[in-house]
Parts: sequence; C-alpha cells; structure tokens
Amino acid sequence: MIKTKRGVSRRNFLKGAAGAAAAGAVGTTITGFPHIAGAQAKTIRIGMPTILSGRVAILGTSSRSAVQLAVQQFNEAGGLNGRTIEVIYRDSKGRPDEAAKVTRDLINNDGCEIIIDGEASSGSFAVQEVIRELPVLCLHTCSESSTLTADPKLHVKTAFRSARQGVHDAVAGGRYASELSKQKGLKRWMTCSPDYAYGRDNTAEFLEYAKKFDPSIEVLDQVWPKLFQPDYTENITKILQVQPQAMYSALWGGDLVAFIEQGNLYGLFNNITYFSGGLGDPPVLTAIKQLPVGLHTVYRYNELYPNNPENAAFAAGYKKLANQEPTNWSWQNYLATSFIFEALKRTNGNTEGAALAAEVKGMEIASPFAVEGKITMRDSDHTIIGYPAAWGVTVPKFPYVENFQSVPWSEILELEAEWKKSKGYA
Amino acid sequence: MELEALTGCLSSLSCTVTQISTGLIIGMLLFLVASGLSLIFGVLGVINFAHGSFYMIGAYFAFIAYQTTQSFTLAILAGALGVGLFGVVFERLFMSKVYGRDVLMQLLVCYAFILILDDVVKILFGGEYKLMGMPQAFALPPFQIGGGFIPAYYVFMIGISFAIGVLLWFGIAQTRFGKVVRAAAINPQMVGALGINTTMLYAMVFGLGSLLAGTAGALAAPIRTLTPGMGLSILIESFIVTVIGGMGSIVGAFIAALLIGMTRAFGSMAFPLFVDGTMFAIMAIVLIVKPSGLFGRPVH
Repeated sequence: MIKTKRGVSRRNFLKGAAGAAAAGAVGTTITGFPHIAGAQAKTIRIGMPTILSGRVAILGTSSRSAVQLAVQQFNEAGGLNGRTIEVIYRDSKGRPDEAAKVTRDLINNDGCEIIIDGEASSGSFAVQEVIRELPVLCLHTCSESSTLTADPKLHVKTAFRSARQGVHDAVAGGRYASELSKQKGLKRWMTCSPDYAYGRDNTAEFLEYAKKFDPSIEVLDQVWPKLFQPDYTENITKILQVQPQAMYSALWGGDLVAFIEQGNLYGLFNNITYFSGGLGDPPVLTAIKQLPVGLHTVYRYNELYPNNPENAAFAAGYKKLANQEPTNWSWQNYLATSFIFEALKRTNGNTEGAALAAEVKGMEIASPFAVEGKITMRDSDHTIIGYPAAWGVTVPKFPYVENFQSVPWSEILELEAEWKKSKGYA
Repeated sequence: MELEALTGCLSSLSCTVTQISTGLIIGMLLFLVASGLSLIFGVLGVINFAHGSFYMIGAYFAFIAYQTTQSFTLAILAGALGVGLFGVVFERLFMSKVYGRDVLMQLLVCYAFILILDDVVKILFGGEYKLMGMPQAFALPPFQIGGGFIPAYYVFMIGISFAIGVLLWFGIAQTRFGKVVRAAAINPQMVGALGINTTMLYAMVFGLGSLLAGTAGALAAPIRTLTPGMGLSILIESFIVTVIGGMGSIVGAFIAALLIGMTRAFGSMAFPLFVDGTMFAIMAIVLIVKPSGLFGRPVH
C-alpha cells in the first residue's frame, strides 16, 4: 500500500527527511559520490581551492585569472552542447587543512563535479587525500614536488598534475649548467636557497644532475637564508668571501627580487655565473628595477617561447583580463582547463570522475605551451610531459629572457626513469 | 660550527671590513626601529607591539612619494614625517586609552592594528610585493675600503642612521625637551603638576618614536621588497635589541643593535645555521645576568 502525503504525519515526515539527509551525508562520506554527480545539470561546476590571500597570493590570483580566461573562451564558444561551465573559487590561505576543507565543501556543498587544485605543494598533498575519498576528476596545477605523482603510494586514480615537476627541471638544469661549466671552466660553485623543504630539495636535485654531467663541479659552500628573509646582506657578503665562479639559487618571488637588488649593490653578478630556479617568471623579471644581463634561469613563462601565435594570443588575452603578466602558474592552470574541456567533450558531458579520468589518462593535446608538438598527460603516473623544460639568459628589456635551450624530452625521461628506480618508485 | 671560516675572515682585512660593514648595515636599521620602541616604552610605559607595522607604513609612504615625485629626499621625508604624524593620531585615538592598563589589553589593541594595517596595505597595494628601486644618485660602484666592498647606498644609510642616533641622544640628554621627557619617564605626575602638558608630551614622544620607525622603513624601501606583513620580522629583532639594551635606553638600543648586527654578520661565517638562535641566546644570557638589560634601570 502506498501511503499518500496526507497519510504521513508531520513528525514521521520530519523523521524521514532527517533520516534521508543523514543517509545522504553518510552515503557521501562512504561512497564519495558528490551530491549532484551525473545530474547532467545545465551548468557544469568546477571547484578551485587556491591561495587568494597572504604572502604568495599572487600564486592564487594568477591561477584564477588563467582559469577565468579559459572558461570565458569556452563558454563564449558555445560551451558543451549548450552547457556552460562555472568555476567556484575558494581561498585556502595557503593552509593545507583549509585546502582540504574547502575542497570537501566545494564537492559536497557547492556541487562541484571537477576540481582544479591551485595549491602549492603542501596544500596539494592534502587535496590529493580528499580526492582519494571523493573521486571526482582533479587536476593539480601548481605543485612542483616530484613525489606528488611519482610516488606510487600517493597515486589516486582520478587525480592528475598539469604542472612542471622538480625532477624534470633538475635534469634540464643540470644538463644546461654542466655544458656551460665545461665551456667556461666553472668548477667552484656555491648555492643560496631558502631554508625550507622546496629550497633544499630543489637545490639538491639541481646539483645532483649538474655534477652527474660534469663531475668536476665542486660545491664550496651553501647558504640557506630563511624563507621571506627581508635582508640578504649577510648571505651576499658571505658569497663574496667564498668567491665562487658559479652559483645556483632556488630563491623565488619577492625574496629573489630583494636578493638580486641587494646583490646588485655589491656587483655580485659581475663575476659570478648565476643559475636561478625562479627568475624566469614575468612578475619577478618586471619587478626587478635593474635586471642584470646574462643570468641563467629555468623557463617559467615567456610569451615568445614557445614562439607560436597561440601562446601570444594566450598572453594577450590573459593581460587584458588580469591586467598583469602571466605567470608560471597561469599557463599551468590554463593547460589544466584544456585537459578538462577535452575530456568533457569525449565523455559528452558525463562528469563522473572515473569516466573523465579514463579520458585524461594518456591524453595528448596540442597546446600553446608544447615544445615538441603536444603535451601528454602520461598515463603511468598522471603527470605532464612535453612542456617547456628549458633554460635561457636574461636581457634587460622585454622579453627579459631569451635564447631558450631545451633538453630533449627523451633524455629527461630516461634520467627520470633512473631517478624513479633509485627512489624505489619504479 | 665553521670556526675556520671565521678565523680565515678575521685574518683577512677585506673580509673583516666587509663583515663589519654588514653588521653596521643590519645594526643601524635595527637601531632606528628599536630606539623608537624603546623611547615610547621609556616615557609612556607602553609597549607598542604595532611598531613593526609603522616601519611597514614608512616604507609604503616612501614608495608612494617616490613613485609620484621621483625624489628620494621627498620619499624619505614622506616615510618619516608621515608615520610620525600617523603615530600622533594613533596615540591620541587609541594608545592613550590603554595607558596604565594590563599589558594584555595593550597587546590586543596593538595586535588588532597589526592586522588592520596589513589588510589596509593589501587593499591599497595588493598582496604582491613592490620594490621602490634604487635612486640614480646611488647607482655607483661599491666603495673599496681595505679590499672590502661597501655599496654607496649602505654608506649613506649607515651615516644617516648614525646621525639620527646622535641627534636623538643629544635631544634626550642635552636639551630642555629631553629633560622634560626624562622627568616624565620617572614621575609624570610631578611633571604635570609643574604645568607641563603631559598629554601633548606623550603624543610628541609617541610621534617621535613612530617617526624613527617610519624613517627606517623609508630607508629600507629601496633595497627590500615591500609586502603586507613586512613589519613582523623587524619587530621581533627590535624586541630582542630593546630587551638586550634595556627597555627605555636609547644608548642600550644602539649598543644592542650593533651587537645583533655584528652577530648576524660574523655569525653567518662561523655558525650559519644558528644565527637566529644565537640572537635569542644572547638575549637569554643578558636577561639571566642582568634582567633589566645592559643599560636598563632595575625595576622595583
């Protein structure tokens, strides 16, 4: 017998509603299904936790602007069979616990069916664990920590990374630096990097490959200023005392700007061949009032490299929208949307995490940022290859860095495979 | 410990000169901030925990002035006088309300203003770093003294900080205003009873202390990146300086600032991974041996 609405008492109705809500909540927790998954809503919602406040807010704002640009272009082009995309942005304040919380909220409460994780490495590891519980498609767009995707223990079937990663840059940097060291006889090296996990890991990886390619490199000393240290005078004068021929630095952002400006006062860069892991980002390059000529930096973003109309169009569109230069994080986030849009097209709008992940896995796309034709989302470990792992030299005016030299991806992949083996990842 | 590096440096004139200049650069900037903090505490009996934020505002005032006028002199004046004036208003509207109150209340009020000022700066200038840039007048090769290099701007910075320190000492120790200030620090009721307007005196002293922080911020602007929250690190070091020197002692602040500057300069050679720890260790030793600081008056 079917009970009519009239036949259900108010108390029982409330009990039932509460029970249904509780069951839904439990179901979400246990099964991980977001509450509107597969609903084929008119609008597809993407959630984006990122850093919108604090010292590195530029990371989040430039990531957000790139996604805004991509979504705007997608929607204006008609969307997906008339369905448009909406992105909900949440500020994690750069805190891993907050990143995990807002990611859960975006999926469970805001009905987001896909996540673009615009967090730094610390936050990305937290988001990765949320995606393990709530298996929607997730693209990490800013974390460069190699282990995020290289370590099989951390693998999540629906999580991918559309960002450069440390070991790729280290191989490329080591090859580039060693060739220069052999040419110029740069034997006496020093490093100056921020004293935290990224600074130490990044520096160690760079040196590992530089010395692998040129065993005669000798590291005389290493200085470790604090992260966000305001004054580098004591570090600079120490470097002057040691008198290295070359140095590597993983300083980045405002720290790097201050270091270079203060180093300029001492003429630090006149007699030292300087290699930087963070200088090639337009906001850093343009912030430096007196950019020394001839500093060597890894590519982070440059509108003339790769030199193609699509990259120039991306830069122009981004600058119009954001009123600032694109960053390394900008292109990585823009690339993430390319993977997502293509996957949605292939699933014909099915937003279920497993279905989208099956498409993203191994996907090859033509991209403004590809150096060898296409960027591939490698199926074995869900990370991209084929992006610009190149190094160039600073010049005083736009485009600030030129003469990029890339290492063939075949060589990077060969050495990466060895690295994975040595770490027990393969 | 890398004592060999230290002894090697000390046996080289060029290294010794460079490291001494490094100590002076760090120390004199710290002295400007710490002397203001110490002056305010010595006379008003309050600890201005927002003092680091005043340093930040000074840097941003200088930044705006330099962007607008391209005059470095006006930038320094804007940083110094702007923050001095801001300090007077701040003292009248807020700090004067917590005189004599529990230190926790003072801490809460100041902490609130640290957050407010950081947010205001963020709203006005964004969260990204800014750099004022080095004035053309200082675009010179570094001076060479005994084989060691000292950049022209740092020579100017050390010189002007030292001059301000001497002026401050002279003003406090040798002038009538200084006598009144010192008297107010010891017995404000008696100073009031003698017909001196202590309300105005307090505002002037707070303004002077703020002006010193603003000057430090303005001098730092060409060489340091400007960000919301940049006052915090210098506040911590200034407290160390103030505690070592003795709360309320300008001479103590000067000696302690130089001590910290030299510790940073030579410590980076001898024990590079323990420089910060060394500063706190020095503070702890001073507090154990002389709880009132090197030049502070014992509190009974």
